[in-house]
Amino acid sequence: MTDSKYFTTTKKGEIFELKAELNSDKKEKKKEAVKKVIASMTVGKDVSALFPDVVNCMQTDNLELKKLVYLYLMNYAKSQPDMAIMAVNTFVKDCEDPNPLIRALAVRTMGCIRVDKITEYLCEPLRKCLKDEDPYVRKTAAVCVAKLHDINAQLVEDQGFLDTLKDLISDSNPMVVANAVAALSEIAESHPSSNLLDLNPQSINKLLTALNECTEWGQIFILDCLANYTPKDDREAQSICERVTPRLSHANSAVVLSAVKVLMKFMEMLSKDLDYYGTLLKKLAPPLVTLLSAEPELQYVALRNINLIVQKRPEILKHEMKVFFVKYNDPIYVKLEKLDIMIRLASQANIAQVLAELKEYATEVDVDFVRKAVRAIGRCAIKVEQSAERCVSTLLDLIQTKVNYVVQEAIVVIKDIFRKYPNKYESVIATLCENLDSLDEPEARAAMIWIVGEYAERIDNADELLESFLEGFHDESTQVQLQLLTAIVKLFLKKPTETQELVQQVLSLATQDSDNPDLRDRGYIYWRLLSTDPVAAKEVVLAEKPLISEETDLIEPTLLDELICYIGTLASVYHKPPSAFVEGGRGVVHKSLPPRTASSESTESPETAPAGAPSSEQPDVIPTQGDLLGDLLNLDLGPPVSGPPLATSSVQMGAVDLLGGGLDSLMGDEPEGIGGPNFVAPPAAAVPANLGASMGSGLSDLFDLTSGVGTLSGSYVAPKAVWLPAMKAKGLEISGTFTRQVGSISMDLQLTNKALQVMTDFAIQFNRNSFGLAPAAPLQVHAPLSPNQTVEISLPLNTVGSVMKMEPLNNLQVAVKNNIDVFYFSTLYPLHILFVEDGKMDRQMFLATWKDIPNENEAQFQIRDCPLNAEAVSSRLQSSNIFTVAKRNVEGQDMLYQSLKLTNGIWVLAELRIQPGNPSFTLSLKCRAPEVSQHVYQAYETILKN
Amino acid sequence: MLTAPLSRPSGLSCRQGRKGEVHLQPGLLGSQAQEVQTRWRPSPCFGAGKRSPTKMIHSLFLINCSGDIFLEKHWKSVVSQSVCDYFFEAQEKAADVENVPPVISTPHHYLISIHRDRLFFVSVIQTEVPPLFVIEFLHRVADTFQDYFGECSEAAIKDNVVIVYELLEEMLDNGFPLATESNILKELIKPPTILRSVVNSITGSSNVGDTLPTGQLSNIPWRRAGVKYTNNEAYFDVVEEIDAIIDKSGSTVFAEIQGVIDACIKLSGMPDLSLSFMNPRLLDDVSFHPCIRFKRWESERVLSFIPPDGNFRLISYRVSSQNLVAIPVYVKHSISFKENSSCGRFDITIGPKQNMGKTIEGITVTVHMPKVVLNMNLTPTQGSYTFDPVTKVLTWDVGKITPQKLPSLKGLVNLQSGAPKPEENPSLNIQFKIQQLAISGLKVNRLDMYGEKYKPFKGVKYVTKAGKFQVRT
Repeated sequence: MTDSKYFTTTKKGEIFELKAELNSDKKEKKKEAVKKVIASMTVGKDVSALFPDVVNCMQTDNLELKKLVYLYLMNYAKSQPDMAIMAVNTFVKDCEDPNPLIRALAVRTMGCIRVDKITEYLCEPLRKCLKDEDPYVRKTAAVCVAKLHDINAQLVEDQGFLDTLKDLISDSNPMVVANAVAALSEIAESHPSSNLLDLNPQSINKLLTALNECTEWGQIFILDCLANYTPKDDREAQSICERVTPRLSHANSAVVLSAVKVLMKFMEMLSKDLDYYGTLLKKLAPPLVTLLSAEPELQYVALRNINLIVQKRPEILKHEMKVFFVKYNDPIYVKLEKLDIMIRLASQANIAQVLAELKEYATEVDVDFVRKAVRAIGRCAIKVEQSAERCVSTLLDLIQTKVNYVVQEAIVVIKDIFRKYPNKYESVIATLCENLDSLDEPEARAAMIWIVGEYAERIDNADELLESFLEGFHDESTQVQLQLLTAIVKLFLKKPTETQELVQQVLSLATQDSDNPDLRDRGYIYWRLLSTDPVAAKEVVLAEKPLISEETDLIEPTLLDELICYIGTLASVYHKPPSAFVEGGRGVVHKSLPPRTASSESTESPETAPAGAPSSEQPDVIPTQGDLLGDLLNLDLGPPVSGPPLATSSVQMGAVDLLGGGLDSLMGDEPEGIGGPNFVAPPAAAVPANLGASMGSGLSDLFDLTSGVGTLSGSYVAPKAVWLPAMKAKGLEISGTFTRQVGSISMDLQLTNKALQVMTDFAIQFNRNSFGLAPAAPLQVHAPLSPNQTVEISLPLNTVGSVMKMEPLNNLQVAVKNNIDVFYFSTLYPLHILFVEDGKMDRQMFLATWKDIPNENEAQFQIRDCPLNAEAVSSRLQSSNIFTVAKRNVEGQDMLYQSLKLTNGIWVLAELRIQPGNPSFTLSLKCRAPEVSQHVYQAYETILKN
Repeated sequence: MLTAPLSRPSGLSCRQGRKGEVHLQPGLLGSQAQEVQTRWRPSPCFGAGKRSPTKMIHSLFLINCSGDIFLEKHWKSVVSQSVCDYFFEAQEKAADVENVPPVISTPHHYLISIHRDRLFFVSVIQTEVPPLFVIEFLHRVADTFQDYFGECSEAAIKDNVVIVYELLEEMLDNGFPLATESNILKELIKPPTILRSVVNSITGSSNVGDTLPTGQLSNIPWRRAGVKYTNNEAYFDVVEEIDAIIDKSGSTVFAEIQGVIDACIKLSGMPDLSLSFMNPRLLDDVSFHPCIRFKRWESERVLSFIPPDGNFRLISYRVSSQNLVAIPVYVKHSISFKENSSCGRFDITIGPKQNMGKTIEGITVTVHMPKVVLNMNLTPTQGSYTFDPVTKVLTWDVGKITPQKLPSLKGLVNLQSGAPKPEENPSLNIQFKIQQLAISGLKVNRLDMYGEKYKPFKGVKYVTKAGKFQVRT
């Protein structure tokens, strides 16, 4: 007899029959019925209607039945909290049961019932269970503290459960230790400010001892906890590392990876001259390789992490290339990751092997994989100069196979090779041209056209080739169109006599018949250049291109360092910091590698890179971004451009100038000024940037009296605070504040570009919020924001957006977009920006309303340390639209009766009691929507104290 | 005068979605932003008000190969089955079941899955969590089912659904793994046996242990107390698998040995064992069962431990330096397809190489032939072969090699007429087994027992197998 019988349905209402069976007198029948209920639960059927009947079966001495009922309760307690209260008595009783199994079961289920009302009944039983003689009960109770904390944090703290939990870290039983650590780290994570796991040498020592004692799962929690600690010097770091290394031999791969995280992080503090540093490096390789022999899912996660580790410390795995060789029956997601790491590890020493492998992969069946393999060959050529020739010949072999997608992929990478080694492999162009007709993917067509244009002088029939593309110009993708336009212009500049007609044709196609502004713009610029000064045109269009750099796809060093701190987590799988996908603010603590602090004796050579700075051997990563002038020069921005970043950015500003300053200047009498990419003198570059900034804030300057006078003519304005740190937004820093001036609200923003690239295309939007705040106009940033530039913008707001109640009430979630990405942050706005100008209530009205609002809606607050007298208070509040309706003097105290109205029409009435000589005021607020009181009080505080 | 339009549309239009997420309308934003929308929807919690810190595993769905969800378990609140749609979507995209990515992000959750025995274990995660932790745990769940029911199949799980539920509840509490050691679980929840279910149905007794697992009280949670056997036995299996890639010319591209020592220990009381090797230096990359005392290994290279009761994996290890890995077989092959003709030739011969004088047996050769192959007409000198024209898989069951007469398989390949000849030659996948040999040369020296008086039976068995053993042609 098996459990499948429980799945058979009956003809009549199933629930009805089960109900009858649950209420049967026969114990056996009852048990069978509960089993049926659980069977239905497992397939997702809703059997919550049987709650009371199942709970009735709880009072039994049959352990199995009891366990089954508890199983049911745990599933439904969260969704049926009110009914779960019925079970409280039994819980409390079961917590006293002589059988520890039952005690544990009760304490465990109890924590699943998320009802505030009953939590206090649970405290006593829980306290007993935390000190239970049986470890099985203690470990269950430890987890229950975390559950309870989630329901009512205050209660848990008041009852002292957290201290008991901390004591359990030194429990004699490993499972208790594991669960105590797990519970503590969950609580700490949800309340980052709680200092619960305040890590100091003593508590670290405790954790390290527990590490040896506790179960594998607990070890993971402890290791993750350790990774958050910053040792005070390299000695402490080393001693922790020494105690963590044995974990590398653990059978559980999650333990291994967490240990790797701790070691990778603390290694940062060790001097490279230390013997121990070398030993540690050697110890890290075998466990990482071992992870690759596990199940494919584990391999995948391991590979994503190894990808990070290899970028940070390539020396660890430099001799292990072979383990990344792809087996033909690896899942595709493993294959692609392995390939990526192979390229990262490729060096002169192993390039022959790698190339032979890649060639092998290029004949496999999976198209995606083959493409990536072909591309990898090109990347090897660019990375290892000595191998370039062999790579090119391998690619030519592949082109001979005539397999369509292989050919196309090969052409794309050969174009990159030309960029890296100009005038070296042009002999292959003939072979490439043979395959012209078979190219059907835009990227490959564009690459081919680039090659033809770039080497037009060496290809006899370049004009014919390009002309053949021109026939279907309008059917091509933008990428190909732009490329074709540039290539033909290049051709014209090289062979002006025979191609005049062709260039006319392409210019008119681009400027007159196209809807694409990019294409049109580029067409016009060429046209202008050619018609005004062909010599200058030649210098611009045929300017020498910077070489492309060796490494592509590297993660930016700061992000890499952050990700190293997140080894083993989802962030490491996605190669994005958690702030990119976990709501900012709560629970996300920005992590960074510890700086290298040597203890006094250790001598560090002066040339070692300073803490935090990218070490010298790390290649500079220049972000790849399309920019206008780059496009004009047709720099093909796929791979990053090497060269000093400053030069790049000034060129970009130049491009802005070219457009912003009006095309006329191009035609003006200073043709020598536009000779090449170096034609922009630094001061000229600064002009448009400043212009943009002042234009951006021009509007707000008219009104903005932020500096000091704000209190007189408008509401109080808080100083700007940083809302979005640059670390979290790829270099964009946003700070801001809110203002209210004569009835209009605005958000004053200050955008700072702390990245190396120009930022453009700014836009902003708000999430729904409690008062319907929304931008009244788009975010106007008039000029691209160049590196290190700051712009001030005043964004007018209105309150007609959609409304959703937020927690806290004045929370505003904002999304800001630029050309790089979209970023999210949230901020709290002061409520007084919502106090409207007609917030003065009539006296009679005030009295009536005050009486009308029930007393339970009244809230009382203390405003301390405010040295103002009643007069000053009144006038200061008035400027922020809090109006004094009446004033009374009762027994030497000044009573101010005040009213204010929020943008959504909510009235708030206030009574402010001021005792002369006493700097503490008492504020009583009455409002039909009492949840605003707290925030109104805060507004009072801010206005009066600033 | 020409004035070209300079500004691009940069406005954002916004649409309020369910749960207050900010939806950025695609099209107006750059491709980067769309990427954010499809893969990086801000976060499950953006705007969702109070977040409950649900660390770890939220729910588990078991899905069979035809895409039915046949079991679900929620440790927190109930998550609707519809979350699995994202999984099915990914499954569809991947074409092959093996290629479904193990981590999938959805607007409100992450799905982390494993594929075991034609079943998918899909777990639902809500916050940042170590994925390996989850994957390890899921494999542990599958292992436990295997251990309890003899197989990890839909039928077995459905037949024992109540036990399964009890197990899942016992293994994870509030998202934290509780008891995952088979020794402990078996005391809390008794595995089903035919005898017991008969007895249960007669006597009305249950399969729930009503006493606490004794191991929980001690510092050795993996072993129960009070173990008693009449025959005390300790057996060890040293199993080594060779992973290798051999290239066309027969030279080794890559080779390593994945070894494990599995133990079957049935000893009474609290035995303390020491296992030593003739050549422990071979083992420089080892993963240990938690019972092993690491310090002792570091200092003396001896495995010292109090074993769990029953079957368990004592260590796993890897031997990678190329010169230590012997390749026991070689393959001579000649596979060719003629240009513009609908046939090709296929000829492979297998012979022994470095087999240390042992017999190589259980040889099977599997070949994924190119798609254009219609049929194969072959003659084996020994064993039998099959070719599946649908999956294009050729399987040749060779048996064992006798050096006097090497097994070979030759014949003609029929290709689809008119189709271009295949670009690539297929790889050969080879399986074999060598009894009484650990190919790395690892040898157990002795096993000593302390702490108990009786004399146990001891035994060590060695076997070498092919792991992922591929020959490129």
